[in-house]
Amino acid sequence: MSAAAPEATPSFEARLTAVAAQRWRVAVGLTCAMIAVYFGFILLIAYAKPVLARLIAPGLSFGILLGALVIVATWILTWVYVRWANSHYDQALGRLRE
Amino acid sequence: MSSLLATIQGASRIGEPNTVAMGFFFLFIVSTLGITFWAARRTRTTEHFYAAGRSISPGQNGIALAGDYMSAASFLGIAGLVSTTGFDGLIYSTGWLVGWPVVLFLIAEPLRNLGRYTFADVVAVRLQHTPVRIAAAIGTLATVSCYLIAQMVGAGGLIRLMFGIPYETAIVIVGVAMIAYVLFGGMLATTWVQIVKAVLLLGGAALLALLVLSRFGWSPTALFAAAAEKYGAGVLSPGRLVSKPLDAISLGMALMFGTAGLPHILMRFYTVPDAKAARKSVFYATGLIGAFYLMTFVLGFGAMVLVGPDAIRGVEPGGNMAAPLLAEFLGGTPLLGFIAAVAFATILAVVAGLTLSGAAALSHDLWVGVVRREKADAAEQLRVARVATIGLGVLGVVLGITFKGQNVAFMVGLAFAIAASANFPALLLSIFWRRYTTAGAVTSMLLGTASTLTLIYLSPTLQIDVLKHSDAWFPLRNPALVTMPLSFAAGILVSLLAPRPDEAAGFDAVSRRMHLGGSV
Repeated sequence: MSAAAPEATPSFEARLTAVAAQRWRVAVGLTCAMIAVYFGFILLIAYAKPVLARLIAPGLSFGILLGALVIVATWILTWVYVRWANSHYDQALGRLRE
Repeated sequence: MSSLLATIQGASRIGEPNTVAMGFFFLFIVSTLGITFWAARRTRTTEHFYAAGRSISPGQNGIALAGDYMSAASFLGIAGLVSTTGFDGLIYSTGWLVGWPVVLFLIAEPLRNLGRYTFADVVAVRLQHTPVRIAAAIGTLATVSCYLIAQMVGAGGLIRLMFGIPYETAIVIVGVAMIAYVLFGGMLATTWVQIVKAVLLLGGAALLALLVLSRFGWSPTALFAAAAEKYGAGVLSPGRLVSKPLDAISLGMALMFGTAGLPHILMRFYTVPDAKAARKSVFYATGLIGAFYLMTFVLGFGAMVLVGPDAIRGVEPGGNMAAPLLAEFLGGTPLLGFIAAVAFATILAVVAGLTLSGAAALSHDLWVGVVRREKADAAEQLRVARVATIGLGVLGVVLGITFKGQNVAFMVGLAFAIAASANFPALLLSIFWRRYTTAGAVTSMLLGTASTLTLIYLSPTLQIDVLKHSDAWFPLRNPALVTMPLSFAAGILVSLLAPRPDEAAGFDAVSRRMHLGGSV
């Protein structure tokens, strides 16, 4: 890490800090999304029972649909993270390793 | 009603010696012991014993993670809960999955880059090793013991119900097989036992789900509609289970954040070559576990419509026999035998994973880290790991027999609460917070463990359900809503009140290694 051309490019430490901060923001944002989805579902069960009991098709209550969608949301959120990490995060790490 | 129940019970062959079940189970034992024999020749160092030589691929580890996580409680328990309560049971199906994204976003990759065998490695990386390892081992052993008791007692009861063999014999069979896998084959054998078990469990559940759906025109909604027609529209909507929202939120917190603090799950991330492989393996695991819980919707409602809640509760009041009864209804004694063997294999695989992670805490963290101060040679490390395995295996058998007939269903929730309150806060803060100190980490781990154990003792779960008192001092059934924030707050407060600039100075090196891998 020889700073041959001073101030031309940010130092290794500064770039690492930036990558770390970005990864932290993505991780916290997605975790909050998961918390919102799951605890939103629980709060609906607790406080909006009649809404969840409503049938949207024969045999399919809103509650069962939402329950299945919580599982689908889990898949989507993990997929979003893996997509981001495989492209942006890994590329940033690759540039840091150079 | 009772005569109807009697005829259904009379018709079921559950609990009778079942040659198909015995055959499948024998096949499982023989093939897994074969795997163990193969793995034993490749298990020569601690790196092999604890981490399978870091040689497991992301896909294999994803399946093994799913195998470690999908216990008999989730297969038999949730199917039973859905079949007897309908929608309320589904709340559990979703709750058990939502911890996995948290593992992926916050823990998996940093853990893989910072540690070697246990999560204590990560917490201790820039803090004082001795106090941190002791506190982390206490949290690990508390989590593993609670989980192990629940699995062992469940195993004894289920095997007695399904195979008709005595409780103690069942426990000893589980104990001996589990010790054999771990002792000789280490993590490599344990991983492959998990993979075989996960494939059997997912395959068995998918087969049952397809057989159910074939009777309802391949339409899940037709199945749900049949359930509503037979037992009222109430089975499709929330009932009494979430009567106290705070209880549901507290359990939800334990499940969501406890997954990221389960020692036997965390240990699996050390078996893959690098952080990227750890990332991929959680992605696969989440997909498989989610698919499994979606299938429990169909299995549960299928058992409700085809077998009936009264008949299910007639065989076993907790509803745990819903999936086996459904199998018997759909495929007769052969399918019952197959599903019973799958349930047995499931329990065996989970206890093997638990024993290995407990043995790592005892030998790697306590003996090598604390007693011998990292000075033990390779042969001694491996020897101690094996002694610890035998010790924990025997302890598991003793605990299983001691708690015979006790209501231990709450122990799984307790294990998740300890993991969420003792292990997760320390792990997260040590990875992401520069100013975290040794004193802060030790405080949050010890306080998390102690407060969880104290509050569960004072809760309705123990005071009313187990001890039969009329009321309980603490209102929540699962304490995570109180104990997890308490552990975070204590860790942060202690670190801020007694700052350690020398420990904070190590954070830059940790941050570099957390992202880039390599050594500090």
